[in-house]
Amino acid sequence: MSSLTLFAPRHQPARVLPGFEITLGFTIAYLSLIVLIPLSALVFKTLNLTWEQFWQAVTAPRVVASYKLTFGASFTAALVNAFFGLLLAWVLVRYQFFGKKIVDALVDLPFALPTAVAGISLTALLAGNGWIGQYLEPLGIQLAFNRNGVLIALIFIGLPFVVRTVQPILEDVEKELEEAATCLGATRWQTFSRVIFPTLAPALLTGFAMAFARAIGEYGSVIFIAGNMPMVSEITPLIIISKLEQYDYAGATAVALVMLCAAFVMLLLINGLQAWQRSRSGASS
Amino acid sequence: MWLRRTLIGIALVFVGLFLVLPLAAVFTEALRKGFDAFYEALKEPDAWSAIKLTFLITVIAVPLNLVFGVCAAWAIAKFEFRGKAFLTTLVDLPFSVSPVVAGLIYVLVFGAQGWFGPWLQANDIKIIFAVPGMVLATVFVTFPFIARELIPLMQAQGNEEEQAAMVLGASGLQIFWRVTLPNIKWGLLYGVILCNARAMGEFGAVSVVSGHIRGQTNTMPLHVEILYNEYQSVAAFAVASLLALLALVTLVIKSVVEWKQQRLMAELAALSPERPVV
Repeated sequence: MSSLTLFAPRHQPARVLPGFEITLGFTIAYLSLIVLIPLSALVFKTLNLTWEQFWQAVTAPRVVASYKLTFGASFTAALVNAFFGLLLAWVLVRYQFFGKKIVDALVDLPFALPTAVAGISLTALLAGNGWIGQYLEPLGIQLAFNRNGVLIALIFIGLPFVVRTVQPILEDVEKELEEAATCLGATRWQTFSRVIFPTLAPALLTGFAMAFARAIGEYGSVIFIAGNMPMVSEITPLIIISKLEQYDYAGATAVALVMLCAAFVMLLLINGLQAWQRSRSGASS
Repeated sequence: MWLRRTLIGIALVFVGLFLVLPLAAVFTEALRKGFDAFYEALKEPDAWSAIKLTFLITVIAVPLNLVFGVCAAWAIAKFEFRGKAFLTTLVDLPFSVSPVVAGLIYVLVFGAQGWFGPWLQANDIKIIFAVPGMVLATVFVTFPFIARELIPLMQAQGNEEEQAAMVLGASGLQIFWRVTLPNIKWGLLYGVILCNARAMGEFGAVSVVSGHIRGQTNTMPLHVEILYNEYQSVAAFAVASLLALLALVTLVIKSVVEWKQQRLMAELAALSPERPVV
């Protein structure tokens, strides 16, 4: 922050540039039309239900089983991504090796590859006759058409989040701090766990939360590989779809409201984490 | 250094298993019965109409979100106002909403049982299970992409150049075209290609509002699903390979844009030493 803005009076009219009213007006109008009003329809439609109806719809055994699977698998997938994401970010920032640029670009593949394509491709790999599946099936390991498939699809789609949140922070970690730690007699593991890791923790948590939030809502890649057995490998978004296909609009709306609330909580959490990260990096510089 | 080698090794195996193999599988499966079968699958009328519909939806959705993204970024990055943090959060909201929920909300508004359902039916306008609904759902899921790219970029660049232009007598549009746009062009392009990739590849949200009428309301990802469920593996992967190709092109453009952006920022930093490089 330059000294000029720092000492400027707080009530100074900051709106020197033109176009404030029109751009803000358009932003709010477009946001309301596309996002807020349709989302509010979800809330209003749920209000038509009695409390008992709502409660029955969102706590039916099959729905509860789907919550457990969706949230459990998303959490596990985000954990796996936190570990491998940190490792990948570390390798990409700290080491030079052949093909590094390509690996760096490929990390974003799950963002760019349509989910349906990812779904059928992972299924083709892991099914009993697939490239990987054919070696695992004789060993009794089945990765497709069950809960394992859900987990693998969710790991795939959440992969870039941790790498992309941790990478820039790791690039900014001051070498001097590590050198100082080493000079003071810290082992390499101590330097990592006591000096580097605390700096990365907010970014790592943010990436974890983003991967988790994305995984909760994921539909396209999972349905091909999950097998979609009720009570076993049926995810919550699929419950909404099947209720819609049976014209059970009330039920679909109620379950969707639960998903929307989960999304809101995650969004607030991620915002909080990002603010924490900014205050951390602001304090250190 | 054993540690270094182990870490690089683990990273490469992970990337190989989770990213390279799935990508390779798409193209291998598509070409399993040779080029002719691949070509036939793409020439088929239903596949062709799915490709055309995908492009049509993208051509409408991306420019809409482009205009929105630029407006939102201008308002949020260049001005201070109450509720700015809240507005920024709302812009991000569609990212965390499940695509299935995104589709459902439009059914609730425009569907037969929805708010405007009776009126639309009386006037014989179809939105749900027709192209307009699919466009809306696509706009929703790609809503934040461009704004998200531009807001931090424009915030980092500050207002000084625009203010200088204004003092020199430039109009608002002139400031935008001559001063702001050249500074944000790479970020803008980056946002557009990400938005485009997601718009072409969206599955869940579009699936809810599509109605799945072959040759009419099927986009490429939906067509992939139908073919796959009909055990037409080669045809499904042939259409999927086009989408995978799109993903690869997206990644290449993204890498180029990132490199250009870094160079632009470095140049800016060299011009004005006080400005912090972000």
